[in-house]
Order: sequence, then structure tokens, then C-alpha cells
Amino acid sequence: MADILKLDHVTKTFRGGVVAVDDISLDIREGEFLTMLGPSGCGKTTTLRMIGGFEYPDSGSIMLDGKDVTDAPPYHRPVNMMFQDFALFPHMSVAANIGYGLKIAGMPRAQIDERVKEMLGMIELPQMAERLPTQLSNGQRQRVALARALVRHPRILLLDEPMSALDAKLKEAMQVELKHIHARIGITFIMVTHDQTEAMIMSDRIIVMRSGRIEQIGSPTELYDRPASAYVADFLGTSNMVPVTVTRSGDHVVARAGQASFRIARHAGALADGAAMTMFIRPEKIRLGASDEGNTFSGDVREVFFSGNAVRIDLDIGAGQIVMVHHQLDTALGDAGLPAAGDTVTCSVKPETISLFDSAEAAAVAAGGGAA
Amino acid sequence: MNHARRRKLGFWMLFSAPMLWWITVLLVPYLIMLSISFYSRQFPFHVPDFQFGNYLILLEDSQYWTVLLRSVKVSVLVSLLAFGMGYPLAYFLAFKVQSERLRLFLYVATIVPLWVSYLLRAYTWKTILGSEGILNSFLMWIGILDEPSTLFLYNEFAMVVTMAYIFTPFMVMPIYASLEKIPRSLIEASKDLGSARFGTFWRITLPLTMPGVLAGFTFTFGLSVGDFVSPLLVGGPYSNMISNVIATQFGMAMNWPLGAALGVVMLFIVLGVITASDKLERAGRLNLG
Amino acid sequence: MTATQMDGIATTQKLGSRRRRPIDKGTSALAVAAMAVLAFLYVPIATLMVFSFNDNPVTRLPLSGFTLDWYHKALTNPDLMTALGNSVIVGLAAVAICLVIGIPTAFALDRYDFPGKTAFRRLVILPITLPGLITGVSMLVFFRAAGVDLSLWTVIVGHGTALTAIVVTNVFARLQRFDRRIEEASADLGARPWQTFLFVTLPNIKSALIGSSLIAFTLSFDEIPVTFFLTGRDNTLPMYIWSVIRRGITPEINAIGTIIVAVSIVLILVSVFMMYKENQTGSRQ
Repeated sequence: MADILKLDHVTKTFRGGVVAVDDISLDIREGEFLTMLGPSGCGKTTTLRMIGGFEYPDSGSIMLDGKDVTDAPPYHRPVNMMFQDFALFPHMSVAANIGYGLKIAGMPRAQIDERVKEMLGMIELPQMAERLPTQLSNGQRQRVALARALVRHPRILLLDEPMSALDAKLKEAMQVELKHIHARIGITFIMVTHDQTEAMIMSDRIIVMRSGRIEQIGSPTELYDRPASAYVADFLGTSNMVPVTVTRSGDHVVARAGQASFRIARHAGALADGAAMTMFIRPEKIRLGASDEGNTFSGDVREVFFSGNAVRIDLDIGAGQIVMVHHQLDTALGDAGLPAAGDTVTCSVKPETISLFDSAEAAAVAAGGGAA
Repeated sequence: MNHARRRKLGFWMLFSAPMLWWITVLLVPYLIMLSISFYSRQFPFHVPDFQFGNYLILLEDSQYWTVLLRSVKVSVLVSLLAFGMGYPLAYFLAFKVQSERLRLFLYVATIVPLWVSYLLRAYTWKTILGSEGILNSFLMWIGILDEPSTLFLYNEFAMVVTMAYIFTPFMVMPIYASLEKIPRSLIEASKDLGSARFGTFWRITLPLTMPGVLAGFTFTFGLSVGDFVSPLLVGGPYSNMISNVIATQFGMAMNWPLGAALGVVMLFIVLGVITASDKLERAGRLNLG
Repeated sequence: MTATQMDGIATTQKLGSRRRRPIDKGTSALAVAAMAVLAFLYVPIATLMVFSFNDNPVTRLPLSGFTLDWYHKALTNPDLMTALGNSVIVGLAAVAICLVIGIPTAFALDRYDFPGKTAFRRLVILPITLPGLITGVSMLVFFRAAGVDLSLWTVIVGHGTALTAIVVTNVFARLQRFDRRIEEASADLGARPWQTFLFVTLPNIKSALIGSSLIAFTLSFDEIPVTFFLTGRDNTLPMYIWSVIRRGITPEINAIGTIIVAVSIVLILVSVFMMYKENQTGSRQ
């Protein structure tokens, strides 16, 4: 896949000294669905707007298809944006909104009408051509905004928090819908969101951002299974954060928490013997029952939460340290049924699924909140 | 082209012509008036000069002081009368009229007189107050007077009544706006805490409407000071206001330098009132969210 | 009243019950006062209208007889009709100036920063905060210094100067509430700045433009202090009325005044109705 967009050491500072985007370099492949993920203020929206031409970098460059577009205004870029609050023209009908970009491009009337009709079909709103935006529901407005942004066949489609105005059910449907449209049309999509589930469902690659910088780039599975920092680990999904003491034994690393000890399969970076670190384990990676692959531990059940297709068990593994275990219910639970409070339960977790991070970092992340 | 340069170019293309207009028709005329106030009177017109003679005349000749003080006095009276008439009306509209449509109707009814020719409104007072006019005929008809009184017209009384009548809607508008902004919960809370109705009004409502009241007063004062038509129509020979004096200097008296000096003085008086009222408003400003 | 009683009444009102609060003496006194003031505002106007139909050339009670003579005289009076025409011309021309100068000024104030911006803003507002007398006088000395004779043109320029601030403040206020994202969307879809202005921005500030134009026209129509100093040989309607009033009154003036009242009321009702409807449809204007 060729690179369609290249950001090179892009920085943007706003009045008042706020550094919104701090020396970001990025290569975006043609046809991919890329998401910039992070909390508000992390610089994702500013970066998106610089790609669209609505803000201009203070330093660095932006190359699109090999051409320097750093200073180019939006109407000179083959890029279109789907705005967060849709930004539909309130005084124009749905058809006029969608056809606007074509009218500006000088397309003959008949052709515009045809393309608009095609678009209306794609977003499944053929009857709404003459309606005004105020007469539409939020979900309908979103689809019109999408159609309007796609009708000019841009090289890149930018999506600014596209689902934020939708309710939960509609959100889910639209996430799938957008993914299908992306697959069908095949152009590059760049999306910005603070919703990590959304990012993981829809994207080919995710960029996790924080304070204007990139924390990690990778596919959803890469980020989820092998987070590069405590921040990323905490931002995506849920993690148990267990304080441990680490020792090296051969080429393994062993982490101790109270009576339990865990073998860690891989850890990049230096490790001091006896150092205090924080261990990140995803609740669903913990299996009920012992296992020969190692890392078996036991704990006392404090609480059990049943949620239909799954159960969450809070285990005390010693010294008051609570570990959440997320167990998907299937027939394998056996006649024993669900554990109850006070029971002692044995669990195991595979070494490759555990991450180790610096304690100070983990503490900062835990204190600062994080994922929306 | 660099985007910063694009923006600059856009600004100049947008604004250079209007900027030229503003400088030519607003800034320059005021400056010329200021400079003429320093010219010397020389028959038949005036000659360029730089002397404070005109201002000295204003300071030394008592008749100008008299006129100035009269103008200020009349304008204050007009504002007070307009306030006395306008506040109850505004209060009634804002608080006591429940139906939204009725309130809109009555508000528009208050504003409509502004759209009737100013001259005609002032002129009809002449017919109302005159010795052959309606007021006299009415008073004679119900028996209070035996013969028409000349007391009503061609004096300061007539001026104050006429101008207060004309400017009352200008007092109502800002007061109504500030009354509307008061959250009802504040008033209810005051009553809840035991304050009787008048107490609530005095301690809560009135202070909170100060910005509107100040705006109304400033506006009305400014309008009265500058009005030279009403004094000419109903004021009579002894009720010259500073605006009339200025108008005469540019008319029959042909003393432009003096007129300009008077104009500058009036400008500073009005600007002074506006600035003072601005400062007062800011000092007592309460943010109602 | 105790808190509980207040509560009860408030709740009753909120429930939209048909039960109305008993009207107490204080409120009815206030109502009488307010209505008296309102009536007072209309006494001269009513006088004007009544006497425009009155047979008697002198304005006094009792009324003598009904006649439409004055209307006939007014409408066939050539000087009056010319003055009326002049006022319309001046009004339209002044509004044109207000828009051509005022719209770019409002945009400049809303979207750009430049040295002297605060001072400039205060300068622009001056004509509507200062008495018109001062603007009129200063423009007179300006025209004289520039060697320009007084005429309808000087009146037009005077009105333009005095009234543009109305368009500027209204359009500026509208722009502050304006959602610039739709302009970004327009640029995103390929529109150059002038196209965005024409197709997207202008249609969405329509209400401010129309509203302020109407106000400016109305004010120009009845404008006196500035016009007084800048009039040449051609009179506007107020100047004509002024000259007639100085000489002695004829009831034709009452007739023309009543016509102006009627037309103004219609115009106001129309614009209020338009604004009311706009709020109902909830359009984002």
C-alpha cells in the first residue's frame, strides 16, 4: 500500500501558549481506516483539522499524494470532512446540501441530480431529497453529512467524532454501516474519536494520542494485547493494575504479588532486580481453574456480578489486592455453578497476556482518569 | 501562497474601501468641527486661526451658562418624568402580564409611537396645550376653567411634557429588557424569606434593573440635550436650549466658530454622561448568568 | 404569604390550571397606571388621526364634521408629494450605503484583529450615541470645507453616516452567534471564499440584514437633525412638514401624518409577524 498522506514534524501552538500538537510525524496508507484516539485536548481534532486545511501548522509539513499541501486552503485539497455537528447548510434542502460540492465544481445540472440520487440511495434516504435539515432526525442528518462529504469522490474522508450525537443503539448500527461503506468505496478514512470501543471496532490502525503526542500506533489487536505504555493499556479496555516486585530468573521475568508469582513472557526495556512495578492483566485473560502453562494463583471471592452472558468475579489474592476476573459463560462452568462470595477459587493466566509498566507511570494514569 | 498572507490580503480587500469611507465621513468631519472651534469670527464668515476666544466667550458670557444649565435641568427632568412613566409600564409588562401574546402586543404598542413622525408628535402637543387646544377645551367643558389658560404652552413645562412623552418608549425598552432577565426564582426567594412585596421590589428588583435604568436615562438624557425641534415648537421665547443656540450659530447668526465650540462642549457633556453611566454600570454589575 | 402558599400558587400555575390568581389591589393599581401611560402615549396620535377627518381647519373641540378633504388635499399637494418621493429616494439610497459599508465593517470587526480596533469600534457607534445635531453640524462644516453644495446627495451621505452603525451592530451581533462550521464545510466542498459568502453566509444572516435595513429606512424617513443642516433646495418629508408647521398649520398635515402612522403600523406588524414565524419554525437564523 502506498502512502497517501505524510505528516512530517507537525506542530501547532494556539494563542495563550497551548501546544495542541507537538512534533507529530505520521504516514498514512492509502485505503486504510485510521483512527486517532484520545481524550479531549489530546490534539487529535487539531491534527484532523490540519489535514483538512481548517488549521495550519506552525512548523512541519503535510504531503498529500506527494504534493505539499501544508498551506493549501480546504478548497484546494482533494479531502472532505464529515463534521462533528454535521454542519449541514440550514437554508438548503438535503439534495442541495449533497449536490453543493458538485455545483461548485461546475458539474452540469443533470449529472448533479443523478449523482445526488445515487448518494441518497446509498444512505438509504431516497424520499428525503427536498426536506430541510431541521426536519431530519440526528441519524438522518449524519447520513446526509456523510453523503455530502463523499459525493465529490475525495481521496481521503475525514470524520470528526461522527457518532457523538447519536444514541447508543444508533451508534452501534452506524459503526458497522461506516465500516461497510469504507470497504465498499475503498478510499482512505481518517476518524477522530474518544470512544475506544468504536475505534477498535472500525479501524485498521489506531493512533493513541496524549497531550499532543503519539503514544502508540498499531492495529487494534496490537494495541490491545501489547500496549506500549500504561496509558495505552488503561485507555483501551479494562485492566487490573497489580503492584508487584520483579526479579529476573534466566531470560524470564517474575513478578510477585503477595503469595502469588507470575511469569512474564516478554518485557521490553530495562528491569532492576527487586524493583516495584505495576502489572497489567486484562480480566478476560484470566481463566478459572489451574493450568499447566503456569501462572496459577488463587484468591478469595469478594463479590460476584452476573451480567447475562458473563460474570465478573472480584478476587482477593492477598493483602487486600483485588483482581477482577471476567468469565464468559458457557457450558464449561460445569455443575459447580457460579462461585459465591467467600469461596476460594483457583485461576491461571498466560504469560504472554501480561504487561509490566513503571509504577509511577501507572499511578499517574490511574489518578488522571483516562478513557471516556 | 502562505496562509497568513492570504488572510491579510483578504482583510485588505474586504475593508480598505469601507475604512476609507469611515475616515472621510466620520473622523474628518468631527476633526474639522473641532478645528473650526478655534477659528476667528470675521465678517461675513470666519478665518482659520488657533485661538481659544470662542471657548472664553462661553465661559465668560453668562447667557451661555444659563442656557447650558437649563438644558441639563430640562434633560434631567425629562428623564425623570420618562422614568416615572416608563418603569411602571415596563414592570407591568414584564411581570404582570401572563399571556405571551398579549405581552408582545402591548410591547409593540409601546414602540409603535416611535414610528410616527417625530415632528407631528411634537406638533400635536402644540395643539393640545394651546389656548384653543384640546386640554383647555376639555378643562372648560368639565368646568375647571372659565377661560383658556396660557400656562400650558410656550414654556419649560410644555417642553418637558412633550419631550418626556416622545422619549418614554426609549426608557421602556432597556428597562423591560433588564426586567425580563431577572430569574423569577430570585423574587420568589426574597418573598419566601419574608420580604413583603414592596421590600422585594426595592431591595431585589430595582437594583437588578439598574443597568437597564441607567441605559434608559443615558439615552433619554442624550436625546433631550440634542433636541432642538421641541423647544422651537412648544418652548416659547425664553426656553432656548443649547441645541437651539448651536442651530442658530449655524443658521442666522452665522457664527460657525462659536457654534463649533458649543458643539464640542455638548459632545463632551454627552460623552461624559455616557462614560459615567458605563462606569457606574460596570461597578455595580451583577452577572445573572 | 407563607412559603407554602407561594409554592401552591407556583405549582398551580405550572400545571397550567385554569384557576387564576386572585388579583390584588396592588396589581390592579399598577395595571391602571401602566395602561394610563400607554393611553397617554397614544393621545397625541389619536388626536392626529381624529382631527385628520375633522371638518374644522382649526384643531379644537368640539368636533364639527367628518370629511376626507384633507386627505384629498394632501395627496394632490405637489410639494408634499415631491417631498414624500424625495424621502423615499433618500431612504433607499441611505440603506444602500448602510449595507455596502456596514456589512464589510461588521465582518472586519467579527473576524479580524487590527491595530486601533477598539477605537474604531467606538468611532463607528458615535453617530447613534451622540445627538444627531452634532453629526449634522460636523458634516455641514465638512461639506463646506470640501466645497460641496448642499443637496439631496449631501442628505443621503449624512443619513448613510448616521445610520450605518445600525447595520453594523445588528450584523455583528448576528455574526457572533453564527456557526462558522458551515463556512468550513462550504470551503471543504470546494467553494472559494466569495462563493462561501454568497451561497452560505449571506443567506444565513438574512434576518439581520432585513431587520436592520428596515430600521435604517424608517429612521431615515423621519430623520430631522442631520437633514436639517444638510438640506439644499430639495426637501424631504420632515423638512417639508417643518416648513409648513413654522408658517401655520393646515390639517393636510394631520392627514399625511395619519397615513404615515397607518403605513408604519402595517410595516411593523409585518416584520413582527415575520420574526415570530421564524422563531416558530426553529430555523437557525
